[in-house]
Formats: sequence, C-alpha cells, structure tokens
Amino acid sequence: MATIAAPTRMVGAPIKRREDPRLIQGLSHYVDDIRLVGTLHCAFLRSDYAHAAINSIDTSAAKELPGVVTVITAEDLGEVGDIPCGAEIPDLKVPGHPALAVGRVRFVGEAVAAVVATDAYIARDALDLIEVDYEELPAVTNLDKAVEADSPLIYDDFGDNIGFTMPLEAGDVDAAFAEADHVVSQRFVNQRLIPNAMETRGVLAEYLPGEGTLTVWSSTQVPHILKTQLALIANVPEQKVRVIAPEVGGGFGSKLNVYPEEVVVSHLAIQLRKPVKWTEKRTENFTTTIHGRDQVNYVDVAVNNDGTITGIRAKILADLGASYQLLTPLIPTLTNLMIVGCYKIPNVQIELVGVLTNKMATDAYRGAGRPEATYIIERMVDLAAAQVGMDAKDIRFKNFPQPDEFPLEIPTGIIYDSGNYQESFNKALGIVDYDSLRNQQVQLRQQGRYLGIGISTYAEICGMGPSIAMPAGGWESSTVRVEPTGKITVLTGVSPHGQGQETTFAQMIADEFGVDIDDVAVIHGDTGRQPYGIGTFGSRATAVGGTAMVIAAGQVKEKMAKFAAHLMEANPDDLVFEEGSILVEGSPDQAVDFVAVALEAHVAKNLPPDTTPGLEATHFFEPSNFTYPFGAHIAVVEVDTDTGEIDIQRYVCVDDIGNIINPLLVAGQVHGGIAQGLGQALYEGAVYDESGQLLTGSFMDYAVPKATQMPHFETDHTVTPSPVNPMGVKGVGEAGTIGSTPCMVNAVVDALSPFGVKDIEMPLTPNRVWQAIQDAKG
Amino acid sequence: MPSNSKESWIFVRPVKGRHVEKEAVPLAKKVIHTTINGEAHTHEVEPRMLLIHYIRDIVGLTGSHVGCETSLCGACTVTVNEQAVKSCTMLAVQADGAEITTIEGLAQNGDLHPIQDGFWERHGLQCGFCTPGMIMAAHQLLTRNPNPTEDEIRHGLEGNLCRCTGYQHIVEAVQYAAEKMQG
Repeated sequence: MATIAAPTRMVGAPIKRREDPRLIQGLSHYVDDIRLVGTLHCAFLRSDYAHAAINSIDTSAAKELPGVVTVITAEDLGEVGDIPCGAEIPDLKVPGHPALAVGRVRFVGEAVAAVVATDAYIARDALDLIEVDYEELPAVTNLDKAVEADSPLIYDDFGDNIGFTMPLEAGDVDAAFAEADHVVSQRFVNQRLIPNAMETRGVLAEYLPGEGTLTVWSSTQVPHILKTQLALIANVPEQKVRVIAPEVGGGFGSKLNVYPEEVVVSHLAIQLRKPVKWTEKRTENFTTTIHGRDQVNYVDVAVNNDGTITGIRAKILADLGASYQLLTPLIPTLTNLMIVGCYKIPNVQIELVGVLTNKMATDAYRGAGRPEATYIIERMVDLAAAQVGMDAKDIRFKNFPQPDEFPLEIPTGIIYDSGNYQESFNKALGIVDYDSLRNQQVQLRQQGRYLGIGISTYAEICGMGPSIAMPAGGWESSTVRVEPTGKITVLTGVSPHGQGQETTFAQMIADEFGVDIDDVAVIHGDTGRQPYGIGTFGSRATAVGGTAMVIAAGQVKEKMAKFAAHLMEANPDDLVFEEGSILVEGSPDQAVDFVAVALEAHVAKNLPPDTTPGLEATHFFEPSNFTYPFGAHIAVVEVDTDTGEIDIQRYVCVDDIGNIINPLLVAGQVHGGIAQGLGQALYEGAVYDESGQLLTGSFMDYAVPKATQMPHFETDHTVTPSPVNPMGVKGVGEAGTIGSTPCMVNAVVDALSPFGVKDIEMPLTPNRVWQAIQDAKG
Repeated sequence: MPSNSKESWIFVRPVKGRHVEKEAVPLAKKVIHTTINGEAHTHEVEPRMLLIHYIRDIVGLTGSHVGCETSLCGACTVTVNEQAVKSCTMLAVQADGAEITTIEGLAQNGDLHPIQDGFWERHGLQCGFCTPGMIMAAHQLLTRNPNPTEDEIRHGLEGNLCRCTGYQHIVEAVQYAAEKMQG
C-alpha cells in the first residue's frame, strides 16, 4: 500500500507513522534505556517450587557481597499493601497477594526476596547467596483434578480451590435440548498462552526526598491506574506520584496490570532515596508476567435437522492461577457473555468455575475471554453442521441475525450495537471463490490429497466500555490545546504501545482544525502531563479515547471560532476550518489565518464578549455501550497425512471494524492479531508439569511464531459504522486474534473429515495431527 | 591488554546442589578496543560482560535491545566485522579489536538507510522493540542476497522474533529496500 501525497483529508488515508523515525534509528527510549545518575539495580529471588512452605530465609551472605546495598524479604516491606485485583464478582474468594511471598510460595517464579546492588551483575550474583529453606507441598496443576474434593488446597482457609462460580441462564434450555433433533457435545481445551511482548517488563523508580515525590517509569499499558495503585500500596500521597509509560514494547494485555515488582522497586527507591531499576529477564517474563486463556470447556449444542441451533450449554473451567492480578477472575466472564457469537441462539446455560492452581495468574491476553468464546461457538457450529449434514457456510447463514435486527440484545444480556454478518461473510466467500474450492477439495481427495477449508465468523466486544461494566471506569479523557504559535498539543489518557495513535489521533485533529498533521503532537503515557485516563486495552483507544479527543477539539474550535468571528465581524456559526485558515463558509475572501487567531486568543488584547483567554479544552467521554466488530475468516490448508504437517495455502479475512482512520495501521493490527491467533491454533502452549514446573520457559520451548511459520494474509473490510461514537469506529486490536484460532482448527479438521476426525486439541502440532488421523482410523 | 589495577569481587561458586558459598575471587578487568559506528572506544570491562551490555551500558548506545539473553529473539542483533551477531551471546572481550555497527550507525549524514526507509514506508513495525535487530538482520540478508524471494526473506529473518506485525509488512519492507538498493 503506497503512501499518498498530501491528501486533503487525513482520516482514511494510509499515511505512514510519525512514531517510526525514532524507532527505526534506535533513538527511542524504553524503560531500560533511561539513565539516571546513581541508579541502583534490583533483582528478584524467585521460588523454584510451585507450592512450598517457607521455613526460613537467610540473606546474610548476600548482604555481605561487595556492591550489594540491601536485600529485603516480605518482612521488610512494612506497611506496603497487597497487589490489587479489581474484579467484583459475587462470592469471589480473594486470596491475599503480598508483593513478596509470606510464609508460603504458590507458583514457580513467585518473588521471595529482592536484592539491590550497584550493578545488575552483582545483584544477580547476590541471588545465589540467599538461602531459603522450603518444605515442598503437593502442587495443584490439573484443572479437572483441582476441583475434586480430595485435591490439595492452595489456600487452606478456602476449603476448596474454587475462586468463584458464575451461572448464566437464559431461555428454556432444558426444553430446547429435549426438543432438538440432535445434541452435539464436545470437550475443548483453550490452552494456556504466554503473551511475550518483545520488550519484557521494566521499572525505574526515583524518589526525591526534598519534594517528597515518587516518579516511576514502567512498561505499562495503564500508567494512571498504576499511579493510583502505587499511591495506595506504597503509601505515597497520590499528588506526589507520577507514572511515566515511555516507549513501551508491546503489551497485548500483559502490561494491563499492577505487578509486585512495580511496588517493590518503588518501595526500595523511597527507602534508599536513590533511583532503583529492575529489568525483567525473559525467563521471568515467561514465569511471572500474566498468562492468557487456559480453560477447559464442556459444551453441548441443540441443533435441528434444518441447521437451526436452538440452545447451547457449557461448563467452563477457567484456570485463574495461584493469585489474582488486576482482572484475573473477570477474563473468563467475557467468555460467558460472548458464547453465542454471531448467531441467534435463544437458550443458553453456562456454568463458569474459576479455579485456583499452582501456576502464574492468568489475565487479559489479546482477546481476553472472547477468543475462548469464539473458539467454542465456531468449533461447535462446524460440529453441528457435520452432524446434520450441512455445509459449514450454510449453517452460519441459517443462524445469523438479519441486518435490520440491530441493535440486537442477545440472551447473555449485552446489546450488539450494529452488524451485517451476511455482507462480510459473502465478501470473504467471494474472495476465496468458496464453491470452486469445495469442488477442488473433492477432486484432490480422489488423488489422496487433503485440502481443508476453515471458516470462522465472529463478533466481539471492543471499545471498552461503559463504566458500569469496567472495574476502574470505562471512560477516557483528552485535552486539546491550540498553542500561541498555532501548533496543536493533544493529551490523551490512552497509552499506546505500538498501536500508532500518535499518527491516527493526529490525522483526526488535522482534519478537525484544517491544519498540517506535522503541526499536531499527540502526547501520552505521563500522568504528570495528561488529565487522568484509563489506558490502552480492550480495543478501546480510538473508540473511547479518540472520541474524547474529537469532542474536546470541537470545544476548542467553538471558542476559536468566536475569536475569528470577532476579528472578521462574522457569525461564529458560519465559520469553517480549512487549510490553515478560518473562513466564512462559501466566502473564501472572508478569512483569517489560523495562527493569527491562535495568537490573538493568548495575548487577549481584544477578547470577544463573554469569552475567556486561551484555547484549551478537556473532555471526559463516557461511552453508552461497547462496540461489536465482526467479520469472517477463511483458511485454506493442505494437510500431509503422512507427517501431520499443515501447509497454509490461503488466509483471507474480511473484518468490519466500522469506519477506518488509517488502513495501513489497520492492516498491521489485523496481521499481528491473526499471527497470535494462529500461534494458539498451531504452535503455542504453556506447559506445566505435574509438580508445577513451567516446561516452556524460553523461546526454545515456547513457540512464538517465526516469519517462516506465518502465511501471507489477504485482508479486506466491510464498513458498518458503530452508532456508539460520532466517528463510527469500533476497534481493531483483537479482531484478528479472535477470528483466526477456530478458523485454522476448522480448516484442519475439515481436511481430515474423510478420516472421521472431529476434533484435535490445540496447538495442532504435526504429532497431534498425525495422531488424530491414526486414532480416527482406529 | 589486561589490567590488574581494578578488581571486582564478584564471582560466586555453587557448591553441591543449591548450597552456595561465596568465594571472593579477584577477577581482573580487561581493556578492550572497539570501533562502533566508526568511532573508536577503549574501555575496561569484566570478562563476563555481554557485548550487548557493553554497547548499551558502557558505550551508551541503547538502540540495540535485550529481548531474551539466549540468542533466540534477535532484538540485540548488531554486525561485528560485517557479520550479523546476536550480541547477547557474545562477550564484550571477544569483540576486542572489532568493528561494530549498531542500528544507530545505519543512517548516513541524516539520510535513512533504504531498509529503515522500507520499514517506515511499509509499516514494518508497531511497538518497535524488535525493529533495530530486525533491520540489522535484514541488512545482512540483503548484503548476501540483494534480490531475495519472499521465502528467502522469511528464512533470512527466522532468527528474529516479532510479536506485533505477523511479519507480512516486514517482508514488504525488505522487498522495498531490496528494490531501492538495486537502484
């Protein structure tokens, strides 16, 4: 896609990113690149055991090592509070979550002690000198066994390992299943994934005793939430805390959190009165940054001979891990909400059980609960089609709602804002020439070749979201300021970490004010500069943060129009902003220079009546609903039945994310999303052994997809604007991940359907595919 | 030239299993001479110091990143005597006398290198963390094979992980650069 020259309208243009020059020249600053004089280095001693009592910790030898400044354990943390969890679920059992382990460790990697030294190498050396006397306890690692009555307990006083149960029932499920022509049942494993942002976490904290201020640089998606939580946990008044998310090297939900290391490093900086830095090792990232997914799903659907799906029943066991991070128990509840996907299924019954295990906490990883739901429903729809002898395409059309039914309330209680599922699906079918593919499949089978065509049609939740549904609020803020020189500064509460809002937000502002995009700066990720905000996650930045910005810009324009009208003796309502001027619409000779008005508003010598000086507005936008993107993914694969290898021949997706600000960046988001979804389908999976050791703790053992493992993606769109915000945008960060996982599995199962293969557990490694063929052959 | 003037007391030796005893071993620092992006440097470093830490923490060029310290992700890729190297698994002392190029040395006189241009034009990066290493690996690839196929590009970058892009725009970026470099 080529860059086009000086478009008159920036929104909708594929312009290249304004973030990139610093990033491609190595001139950007991630946390570990920030240097403060006298910085001390922190390292954490972590548990080697999944479950053990701590009898004693001896730090004396470590403290004697030259260069070591201090070594602390939980008892040195004083009044430091627990790591927070924002989930509110009825009868949720919330375990304590100290920043350093107290008395017991509950997962491999849990922080037990922290060393501070003058040099990062010495800090690591000192870890080897700390002696911990552990008494190993039986580990709970299997979801099905964890809920059995005789399972060892992770928290003795809980009585069992169940964090919460959440039933959901709508319609008459028993009747639907009793009356259905067929009931199709399947067990799925949505395996545990490790997000693996390429930049690991990092924290640098500096306390200035004179001012009493704590400044924390952290690789986070939520600097404002972190600021509030650090104030509460580390006991510094919030007005004295500043959190900066500098360049952040990816997050995917894993940095939507408040972590023990952020708290401990801040505490150490306050105690030592010197800057303290911690940079996470990749091994630590694997073991102690949140994981995603990890559900076992027992699912039944009721389907009639004509393909109508009348009911879905699911028992969901969700692995929460050993402690709760910020949103841990909430993530699987999104699976409940989205279980009907893009179909009209009136009768729904779900029993969700959140289960504690001796593993790292799960939390939001790209898609967060919706990929699991989409996997369940998209796999079940294919199984139902096979049961009634229908094509996978036809059963979907049979169960889609009609476009005129939107906004559509679904049985799980949410309202889909907009949709035209037929249009995006038809477009995708057209791109692959679906009917020809099916013919080709038949011909190839006669030659002993196994082509598979996989479909996934999805709907998902974006633009998070109304505050009623969000623990820390779902609104977003922005300040827009026209400076005296006519340059425009935008402050946003969202905190991009690769998404490119320095570009897309500037595109919108350039259009609003009719100025050059280079005259706009979008500033984010610094609680000392922006109004309070929520952050970047849940595909919300543009739909919620962008809307706050556009409304604030409108308020500034309104005021600026008063100044311009005053200068021209015109009516402010008649003015438009175009190409660096403010002019009377239809009368180009009646114009005043944008920069001149900006200066006028600041020198304030000639104020219009009832107008104050300055050109700045702040808006806090509360969305009325989520947005609900949708789309269709189609994969064409050929499976080598001798080796189990999968050759991806085509990957097509047609997403409907509403209006598009920058198609180049949208393509990037879709590609990256699909890569992570295909990662789950084909390659990735966190494996803990029975004793709770993470066997996939490095890039050697955990298969983050490589360039050779990813296909060429063919992307396209339909546009059904969202009615929830004035720009009609929805969000695109997670769509690719949500749609792609079941699409790929459906394709492989379709390829192997002649053998009678109905399901293969992810990831679809050649071994598993080959084994599935052998098992089906009997 | 080794120097004994400064000693660091940092070595600890594990003794039988998890039991560790401190044994202070004076470890001589070593003087190394390097040329990085055309500039000569002389420093005294610990023999165990990794090249990436030398580049980042001693020389102060933080454009090359540490992604895994196991030579699996490629974020730390630089060229040492014109060979692409994952600088997290090479010791600084091994680079004594070497000519090193990092991402900061690629643009010349303020002009972006065609590969940098390609990454910008084709949206070959999102969070940017893998990008310096990815660009250096692409540089090596195009030096060896100025006109690679898509498959050859994907294989040439196999040692560099990107979690954001799904690689398609990276492939296009390298194709763009290849075309531009051939004039």
